Amino acid sequence: MTAAGTGAATSTGAPAATSVSGALDELGIDRAIAPRTLRRVVSLAGPYRLRFTLAMAACLVAALANLALPLLLGHSVDQVSHIHPGDAFEPGPLLWTAGLLLLATATRGLFQMIAGYQAETVGQNIGRDLRLAYFEKLQRLEYSFHDRIHSGDLITRGMLDLEGVRGFLEVGVQRIVQLALLLGVGGWLMLRRDTVLALLILGSVPLIGLLAGRMGIRLRLAWTRLQQRMAVLTRVMEENLQGARLVRVFPARDQQMQLFDEAAEAAMGYANQRIEVRSLSMAQINGVYYAAMLLVLAVGASRVQSGQISVGNFAEFLAYMTILQVPVRQISMIMNAAARAVSSGARLFEILDREPSIHDTPGALPLPVGPVALQVEHVSFRYQGANYPVLRDIDFTVVPGRVLGIVGPAGAGKSSLAHLIARFYDVTSGAIRIGDVDIRDATLDSVRRQVAIVQQDVFLFDDSLAANIAYGEPLSPGERVRQSAAVAQLEPHVAALPLRYRTRVGERGSGLSGGQRQRVAVARALATDASVLILDDATSALDAATDHALRDALRRFTAARATIVISHRVASVAHADEILVLEQGAIVERGTHDELLALGGHYAGLHAMQTRREPDDSTPATSQELVP
Amino acid sequence: MTTLLSRDADAELEREDEAARTALLSEREQIFGRFESGLFGRLKPFVRPHRTLLLAAIVAILCFVAAQLAIPLLIRATVDSITGKAGSYPLAWVFAAFALLVLLNSLANYWSDMTASRLAQRIIFDLRRAMFAHLQLVSQGAMDGSHVGRIMSRLQGDVNAVQEFFETSVTAVGDFVLLLGIVIALFLLEWRLALLTLLLAPMLLAVRALWLPRARAAFTGARDSSSIVNGALAENINGVRVVQGMRREKLNLEDFDRKATANRDAQLRAAWSAQVLVPAVDIATGLAMVIVTLGGGWLLWQGRIDIGVVVAFIFYVQRFFDPVRTLSQQYTMAQRAATSARRIFEVIDVPLEIMEKPGAPALRGDPPTVEFRDVRFGYQRGRPILDGFNLTVHAGETLAIVGPTGSGKSSVAALACRLYDVWDGAVLVGGQDLRDVSRQSIGRKLLMVLQEPFLFTGTIADNIRFASNATRAQIVAAAKAVQADAFITALPQGYDTPLDQRGQNLSVGQRQLISFARALVADPAILILDEATASIDSVAEARIQQALRVLLKGRTAILIAHRLATVRDADRIIVLQDGAILEQGSPIELLASGGLYAGLYRHNFESFDEAG
Repeated sequence: MTAAGTGAATSTGAPAATSVSGALDELGIDRAIAPRTLRRVVSLAGPYRLRFTLAMAACLVAALANLALPLLLGHSVDQVSHIHPGDAFEPGPLLWTAGLLLLATATRGLFQMIAGYQAETVGQNIGRDLRLAYFEKLQRLEYSFHDRIHSGDLITRGMLDLEGVRGFLEVGVQRIVQLALLLGVGGWLMLRRDTVLALLILGSVPLIGLLAGRMGIRLRLAWTRLQQRMAVLTRVMEENLQGARLVRVFPARDQQMQLFDEAAEAAMGYANQRIEVRSLSMAQINGVYYAAMLLVLAVGASRVQSGQISVGNFAEFLAYMTILQVPVRQISMIMNAAARAVSSGARLFEILDREPSIHDTPGALPLPVGPVALQVEHVSFRYQGANYPVLRDIDFTVVPGRVLGIVGPAGAGKSSLAHLIARFYDVTSGAIRIGDVDIRDATLDSVRRQVAIVQQDVFLFDDSLAANIAYGEPLSPGERVRQSAAVAQLEPHVAALPLRYRTRVGERGSGLSGGQRQRVAVARALATDASVLILDDATSALDAATDHALRDALRRFTAARATIVISHRVASVAHADEILVLEQGAIVERGTHDELLALGGHYAGLHAMQTRREPDDSTPATSQELVP
Repeated sequence: MTTLLSRDADAELEREDEAARTALLSEREQIFGRFESGLFGRLKPFVRPHRTLLLAAIVAILCFVAAQLAIPLLIRATVDSITGKAGSYPLAWVFAAFALLVLLNSLANYWSDMTASRLAQRIIFDLRRAMFAHLQLVSQGAMDGSHVGRIMSRLQGDVNAVQEFFETSVTAVGDFVLLLGIVIALFLLEWRLALLTLLLAPMLLAVRALWLPRARAAFTGARDSSSIVNGALAENINGVRVVQGMRREKLNLEDFDRKATANRDAQLRAAWSAQVLVPAVDIATGLAMVIVTLGGGWLLWQGRIDIGVVVAFIFYVQRFFDPVRTLSQQYTMAQRAATSARRIFEVIDVPLEIMEKPGAPALRGDPPTVEFRDVRFGYQRGRPILDGFNLTVHAGETLAIVGPTGSGKSSVAALACRLYDVWDGAVLVGGQDLRDVSRQSIGRKLLMVLQEPFLFTGTIADNIRFASNATRAQIVAAAKAVQADAFITALPQGYDTPLDQRGQNLSVGQRQLISFARALVADPAILILDEATASIDSVAEARIQQALRVLLKGRTAILIAHRLATVRDADRIIVLQDGAILEQGSPIELLASGGLYAGLYRHNFESFDEAG
């Protein structure tokens, strides 16, 4: 066994020693806040008050029918016990009891079904509401939020935590009500019949409930721990498969198997812990239950013998115990579900309560439509929590029909600048104006209508090619889609596809090559009416010939737009009307291609390096060939 | 009467989690496949090592069931005794027996769950390990053709489905034995009454037969709609930047609303299907009680039984029909598990194309030469990429292979590492045929640095050490040699900086430098670089080029590149086109010859692909 495996194995006994409060701490449940979270979870059922009441009413009827069973069974035992062989057999009263028994079970089943279905309806509706609210909020939350929180985490919250909240409302609440009814009404009936026996039964309930509740919390903890270990195991397997080539080249098989075994042993240790918690608790619960039954049996027998109760009453008490057994034991499930609902609820509410930091200011007006100029005025920008600015005093203007090139090494702040223009972040100082309006004073919707960005990381949706191109303008006519595709140099590729524009691109566009994906993203931006177009390293995966053709077509197509081309390749920006060289967040050089080459600074150096000549042996002729 | 059922109430909760996870992972497909008994045969080797545990589990389950069955009998004995029936046992004896039974019941409960669930757990982990271990041996060719997500869905989703089945099987077997036990007990108590009561079973089975096909459709629909709605959520989260940039919020919300509503409705249909069985089972239970009451009364009147039997019967039938319900669930689960098991064995059955000869010696790699002798190779049958390919790389030589995409240069690199086997001919390293040496020994002498630097979760030091036993000093020395030390020590935790998500917190250039250090630590005699500088921007590349020089010193090297700049330092360049050597010679010779290389170089193209 490996080192990690031993560690897990030695801690196998740990949960038994873990106190409930320790378990709650590890689950991240703050007992001061938990009741409030739980109340809030329950309050989600508010809009479905009627259905909820209906479910609970059905639950009540089912519980009453269920409680009638011990009475009827006891009655029938009494009736039967008075039958003696040879007496005149009078089936009348017995038939009545039998009929009532059938009625009671049928009622119980029917109303349990109604209760279950109505509770599910409430739960599913709440699930849908939560899903929509969550989805809506995520769409509105600003970029910096999405930068901070990993998408996998958000997806987990939207799937599993949502189920956790829904599950508690659907199952937990119903079970609590059912248990309360059985104990309340049943206890009252039993107390009236025989105080001693009733107290014996009711006395065992808190003990079993305590054991079961503790088990529920511990199971939740064991499950959470197991999931953490399984996540490690999953990661080991996933990385191994993704890095299959490396693992084979290096012969890292032994090392990988060892990693796998360590992760698997650790997971197995926790899986076994979970089993142990469950087995031990269940054995205890069963033990207490049957011990209580033994007491009822002993005390009941003496009371029957002394004539205080009948055999039928005796059977009645035993039947009542049987009915109680499962609901009391389900306290474990209720606690488990409640613990889950508290931690899941907290995670969900954290997102739902967040307000987007970028939103329309009161009185914001839409930007003017049509061709407008973009002015970036002395803009500086620092990411939230960062201690240095990524952009410093950036200042430029692009008028419709002009192309601005921005070049610089990775990390110079190029993409941040693009994001500021679409107001994905707010500038720290300075201002960005579109058509002379500060974008912070305009409606967010109109800013994004006027600015189209082709992002560096292309994201396509699992839909048809046409739907992806028309993503920003879903009502675009087919002609518009084709035109945009033609400019983006997609036409020849589309023509080769069997379903043409109706071809699905696959998850994240996995059916396309990197270059094709980039071109779809370019076409997508072109299909909008935006008057500011930003291409953020949008052609890096294209070969030089296609890149040239695209730039030519773009120039004709975007005559009325202000265009910004961002790249780390000199060749991609050489045609621009003005080029900014960005380094460490500041403009270090600006001018046309020829001016910058003549300057012999950063730009010229970059150019030399990228065209693979030493600076001194660079000739203007070669660059002419590259950039027609 | 109690059954083993309810202990799984908590598991139900967790199964929902599991189902949600699985839904995300597994491709949608026909879940209710046909049940194959042959699969159980395949599982045998996994169960066999744990025979003792299995036996213990069976014994424990039998004890538990016996204890459960005995309880109503003791209640009968109590009733018999207090009603003063002739021949009844003294009450004290009955209670003593009951006390013993309570103890046995608890112990058996504990042991059956511990042994059976652990057994299931062990088998599942073994199954997963077998699949993972097999995947390590499968050739790169087989890996190329399969999507990582798909394999992962087998390693996780399918393994989980089988686990779910196993875990519930434990309960189901208990239920089944209990059911059988109840039937036997009923017949022993009073066969006429038992017969009457059991007449209800076929009725319930008929209801179930009617119910199953419709429920199946509803359950499949619910699973599908749930994966659709979760898929839409995931896609929107991942693409949120585009969504906002393209102002699609409103439209996407409407679309999501439709999907979430459809999901709600599908879930409710499934819930309905599950709920209709509740009254069916309850009515059957009610009818059974009617039979016991009336039949019992009649038999009592006839003097054939006494009151104790009636009470025992009542306790038996109260929960008799519940197992019928859970066994139906078990059936659908079994079918899902069968499909999953088949998919698991599909992975285990992937043939190993690259086999190691028994007792194959280690690769000596001395002298460090690589020779391709009449090699024929391709990825698709009948379409060779290399055909009659001959090439010798001499000891200490740096050979560059350039050529456009698809020319076969990456295949040359892959064959030298025996990621694939040649169709014909041979690849020899230091005179040894790669097929005659042990696979594990190849990487110690001959190493390839890949185009995409792949880093694992762990610290930087872990990644440089990787499969070697390098000391900290060796790791630092390697990092210094490739000029990675400066940026590593600038990180807050230096060499112990954990890498997030496979090193996404580093730039591509930095990742590649780490992968160079990793290769340097492994210290192979022969090094192959497969486009190792292709995805790095030109600023970072200058540094990489320097690192490269350190890396190649004193080794035999093959550089695969499509960028011309990368290969200027090579001793010899080979220009490959369509699997054939078009021209070769030193960089100066090639420039002088005026061939393809010279032409591209003169026209200042960065790479071969631009020429196309």
